[in-house]
Amino acid sequence: MDKKIKLAIGLGSTCAGCDIAILDLNEKILVLASLAEIVFWPTAMDFKLSDLERIGKNEIDISLQHGTIRTSEQEHIAHLLRERSKVMIAFGSCSCFGGIPGLCNLTSKEAIFETVYRDTPSTVNPDFITPKTEVKEGGYLLTLPELYEEGKALPQVVDVDYYLPGCPPAVELIDRLLPIIAKFLETGELPPKGMVIASDKTLCDECPLTKENKMISKIFRPHEIIPDPKRCLLEQGILCMGPATRGGCGARCINALMPCRGCMGPTAEVKDQGAKMISAIASILGVENEKDLSEDEVEKLVNQIKDPVGTFYRFTLPVALINRRIKEGS
Amino acid sequence: MGGFEPKVIGFCCNWCAYAGADLAGISRIQYPPNLRMIRVMCSGTIDPLYILEAFQKGADGVFIGGCHPGDCHYMAGNYKTRRKVSLVKRLLSQLGVSPQRIRLEWVSAAEGQAFAQVVTDFIEKVKELGPSPLNQESARHG
Repeated sequence: MDKKIKLAIGLGSTCAGCDIAILDLNEKILVLASLAEIVFWPTAMDFKLSDLERIGKNEIDISLQHGTIRTSEQEHIAHLLRERSKVMIAFGSCSCFGGIPGLCNLTSKEAIFETVYRDTPSTVNPDFITPKTEVKEGGYLLTLPELYEEGKALPQVVDVDYYLPGCPPAVELIDRLLPIIAKFLETGELPPKGMVIASDKTLCDECPLTKENKMISKIFRPHEIIPDPKRCLLEQGILCMGPATRGGCGARCINALMPCRGCMGPTAEVKDQGAKMISAIASILGVENEKDLSEDEVEKLVNQIKDPVGTFYRFTLPVALINRRIKEGS
Repeated sequence: MGGFEPKVIGFCCNWCAYAGADLAGISRIQYPPNLRMIRVMCSGTIDPLYILEAFQKGADGVFIGGCHPGDCHYMAGNYKTRRKVSLVKRLLSQLGVSPQRIRLEWVSAAEGQAFAQVVTDFIEKVKELGPSPLNQESARHG
């Protein structure tokens, strides 16, 4: 094929697992290479920010961005890519919903600096010197990107056309992206804006395990129990985010008998993944003789869930209804 | 906090707390007007989302009225409410919002006086706590 699309892959706060997921296409990476000319992908090739800045408006056909937006540089990359791309895809959970780095919203920039540059036992920093965005040193002006107070999902920063969730996105889903790119290249046609390249149903819908509508009274962490490989993990007392999470990932974790952690985000109808999951857990977390249970006993039952925010919003805190820690009485 | 009048959203079960509020009304029992009541068919239908959204949209407190344990019109709705509210309280305290801003009370249809009492108590408590930190937040960001 002579005509190729121009593809850019940008990044925010990321572990680069999304880049690896693209490489995990294995031999199909050749299909990608035949379809696309890569104009920006700093993780895999030698690209600098200036390479991206040189590209003109709308000259990139498709750009993928992964990672949470947390620094001024990452925001700059997102804006640059948006301006230069015809189609922009939020790639991976961090980009779609804020992801694990988005849990930084539970703390503050100040507290992070204090821990990292002062309080850790291996740090000796009596003057509490912290990174500054600009420093003059020997007549040179040195600059660093600014760390923001909050982590943000890509659609909270720029207009996003499509979403490809997953931590990292499943190869089957990236696979679904290739024909979309091929069609765009041949006919210029694109699917409807806002489409999420995944299933429209919850993970439970495609889960291979058997549900028996049982109540649970004890919650286990995955290492505390050897689960029955045929039965629903949630009904065995392992917190599985399946009921509140979008499917399409091929139930990778479930097939390895690990509970779903919710990386695919909520389904289209759900506004807040964590609230949905609390509903689901509350419905099955019960004991006999509930009538005579005291408030303390109910609390004890529920307190088995150690970290509600980190469990229910592990990947979606920045897009949740209440998306950061707020200080009461401040 | 002299003139602070809190906005409190109340979700009340059709079969008990709402009828209890009705009884308080027809018995002309006085309670503060800060409660904005929403009737639901069962306290169990209250999605945690409703509570979070109430706070996000500016409520200073959320009151939930359901049937006494054993009295749920739909058998077990109030038990689910109890667990949900307990979890939402923990969630909110992790997010820095005082769990005392949510109050779950069991009020039967015959307890008009008790309804007025718990609502008065709760509104007093919310007044003590002051405006919701989420409201101060939105005020700061415009």
